[in-house]
Amino acid sequence: MNKLIERHPIGMVIASLPIWIVLYLALQSIADAIVSISGLPPNGRITEAVRFFVFETPKVVLLLTLVVFAVGIVRTYFSPEHTRKILGGKSLFVGNVLASMLGIVTPFCSCSAIPLFIGFVEAGVPLGVTFSFLVAAPMINEIAVVLLFGLFGWKTALLYVSTGLLIAITSGYVIGRLKVERFVEDWVYQVHSTTGAWEETVPSFPDRIQSGYAAVKDIVGKVWPYIIVGIGVGAFIHGYVPENFMAGLMGKSAWWSVPVAVLIGVPLYSNAAGIIPIVHALLEKGASLGTTLAFMMAVIGLSLPETIILRKVLRMPLIFIFVGVVATGIIIVGYIFNVVY
Amino acid sequence: MTIRVLGSGCAKCKTLEERIRHLVAEHQLPVEVEKVTDLQEIMKYGIMMTPGLVINGKLMSVGTVPKDSLLLQWLRQEET
Repeated sequence: MNKLIERHPIGMVIASLPIWIVLYLALQSIADAIVSISGLPPNGRITEAVRFFVFETPKVVLLLTLVVFAVGIVRTYFSPEHTRKILGGKSLFVGNVLASMLGIVTPFCSCSAIPLFIGFVEAGVPLGVTFSFLVAAPMINEIAVVLLFGLFGWKTALLYVSTGLLIAITSGYVIGRLKVERFVEDWVYQVHSTTGAWEETVPSFPDRIQSGYAAVKDIVGKVWPYIIVGIGVGAFIHGYVPENFMAGLMGKSAWWSVPVAVLIGVPLYSNAAGIIPIVHALLEKGASLGTTLAFMMAVIGLSLPETIILRKVLRMPLIFIFVGVVATGIIIVGYIFNVVY
Repeated sequence: MTIRVLGSGCAKCKTLEERIRHLVAEHQLPVEVEKVTDLQEIMKYGIMMTPGLVINGKLMSVGTVPKDSLLLQWLRQEET
């Protein structure tokens, strides 16, 4: 398999796409078949939970494979070096908009947050613009978008992406206006790379396809256990938790639910793959969209491990400002959705 | 010959270090492998993604775990 991909990357795409489509179209029938063979009582709670699980799991994995593959190829056209060049010396507002959008497509991993931060600062990217990037990059990722699309439909996915962008743009802008440069650790400004910037060779098209395969192997290989556990918990909630159970707790009438959801969400750390199936089931049981959205954004976008990593370059006041501004943005978005929907 | 793997604890950084050590042992190459975790030291190479791979002072790759065949080729090249 690996050899085949290495030798005929494009041929393998053409060969596997029809298989993907057939599988995706057959999902419902396969799930129904499994449920009917299993001999579970029709309309029983356990039956509903099992049906949910055997339908949603392969669906999400299939969608994820396709999108991660595509994003893997798209990302070869972007690199942090390239993004940094675009953002260097940009004015505050324009820079924030650009940085948030580039945050979606530039390869990013929270373990690389520090080198990226320093690289941006060194190249003269304003601090506020850098923060827009750091908010958008983890919050709006392909895994979140696929899961939202798969479980809720394109409207919710679009809603998530646009509100995520809005939060990234405004929080970066606000932080930029606060003049927080003095809260950056001194050593950051003393770093001067001796070798000059890394210049990547331009990959050929088959190379880019290879990167798509590598991304699938890497990301899908890493998140599938989260998806199974997430959908498992979701299936349990789907089958066993009574309708409207969440309405009092996470419904519109509970005004305090949005800030509480964010407060609980910030220290919780999970990737989108684990949290979204659970959120899906909560929504089904009467939780309101704004509260759920806020909870999800707080879990995915703000995480304790990343904040601890950032402490190496940012002093405590700036850490609090960063978390505070982003959390406030998320809470506002939560309230707006609770009012509008 | 000295090899430095630049990275402060990401999953790919560990993988790259393992791959390198494995190749060096397997082919009995006269190589000193060093893992650099100090951020200030890493940043001297001006990289924005980890891991970075430095062979004899030269930055060879950034943000990826190159294939074994490619790694071996680099190791052999520098040896001669």
